[in-house]
Amino acid sequence: MELLAFGDTGWGDELFYATLMTIAVSITAMFVGFLFALIFTPLKLSKNKFINFIANSYTTIIRGVPELLVIYLFFFGGTGAVMYVASIFGYNEYIEINAFITGAFAIGIISGAYSTEVFRGAIQSIDKGQFEAANVLGLNKFGKFFKIILPQTLRLAIPNLSNVWQITLKDTSLISVTGLVEIMRQSYIAAGSTRDPLFFYSFAAVLYLLLTFVSMKLINRLEVKYSRGY
Amino acid sequence: MDIELMINSFPKLLSASVITLKLLSVSLIIGLFIGLFFAILRLNKNIFINKFAYCYSYIFRGTPLLVQIFIIYFGLGQIEYLRSTILWVILKEPYWCAIIAFALNTGAYTSEILRSAFQTIKPGLIEAGKSLGISNKIIFYKIQIPIAIRQSLPAYGNEIILMMKGTSLASTVTLMDLTGVAKYIISTTFKPVEVFIVAGGIYLFMTFIIHNVIKYLEKKYSFSQ
Repeated sequence: MELLAFGDTGWGDELFYATLMTIAVSITAMFVGFLFALIFTPLKLSKNKFINFIANSYTTIIRGVPELLVIYLFFFGGTGAVMYVASIFGYNEYIEINAFITGAFAIGIISGAYSTEVFRGAIQSIDKGQFEAANVLGLNKFGKFFKIILPQTLRLAIPNLSNVWQITLKDTSLISVTGLVEIMRQSYIAAGSTRDPLFFYSFAAVLYLLLTFVSMKLINRLEVKYSRGY
Repeated sequence: MDIELMINSFPKLLSASVITLKLLSVSLIIGLFIGLFFAILRLNKNIFINKFAYCYSYIFRGTPLLVQIFIIYFGLGQIEYLRSTILWVILKEPYWCAIIAFALNTGAYTSEILRSAFQTIKPGLIEAGKSLGISNKIIFYKIQIPIAIRQSLPAYGNEIILMMKGTSLASTVTLMDLTGVAKYIISTTFKPVEVFIVAGGIYLFMTFIIHNVIKYLEKKYSFSQ
């Protein structure tokens, strides 16, 4: 138990901050994913075949390639890409991107592919009559989307989005390969310096279980809130 | 774009994908048995057996695969007692550690897939079997299992693809699978995009094959539905 003490003698405070880091990365990645979903869901629903093809390539490639490979791409390629863009604007100094941004972005792109599929499915399963009714009521495009379609989409999407959240949360453990000090990385450091990997990795597992358990409870509340009236 | 590097690295990556496929197939076969075993426990009416199976699947589905591999590969070696038993022959090999982790992980997901498949079987079909005087064992093997297989095929297909992506984590315990070799080439040449295209292409190709095989099986087993 003294291994988990706070302060200089134990790893308690380090693991606590690492847990906060995992939560921060997961939430950031989830939001990045939502941004991607916001762009790609309309593209997926578009009637234009070419636009459709682009959106389908994104979701197929990201969901068919291992997460670790995507992270390596961003980890090794991210700096180069940013420096290339900067050089176009005439900035040639070395740019260092921090591990948090690289990681959150890589996981965000993965999470975005799953979110896109969830939103697509949810919008497609809304009854056609709802769209027609909104038209008949004379709502404009924004009113139709925000007052009629979005609330119904959210109700249908939340159970699946909670799955995406779980996947995203667990995927953040892979960012440890880039050196970002989240739960997994901190456990690796602690295990290395105390020679007690069994304890620290098991403790990491407990922390992840706790995170998934608590987030499930919170999401269940949201689900109840958004299915009022059903 | 360095086309030459892409062409040169292709055979290396292709031969590494053999290890990926080996890891995948062995862990899927073991995982299927684990999954079936725990699915049957989940359907048991005894609350302790039931809860035990539930805890197993909850723990393995609620923690990242990376943690599971690290516990098995780095953690278990720490127990002095294990080192003296015959199990150590297996546990000192990263290859088998990865397979144990993958099998336990996919077993947890498979048990959930099979459980829900068993639960969606209409009770009428089992009752029909009983009224025909067929024994419970034969009802299980000849009625419940074939229907459950059909029911669980789409979800199991997804699980195979997820597991294929999961095998990439074997590279974190020194195994040179497709991702491991890809990372090695990236870190020696610093050309991530080219290597990603080739390695990703191989992964996508495997996903494509698995997807179509499952689709074919779904059609084949769809009886009169």
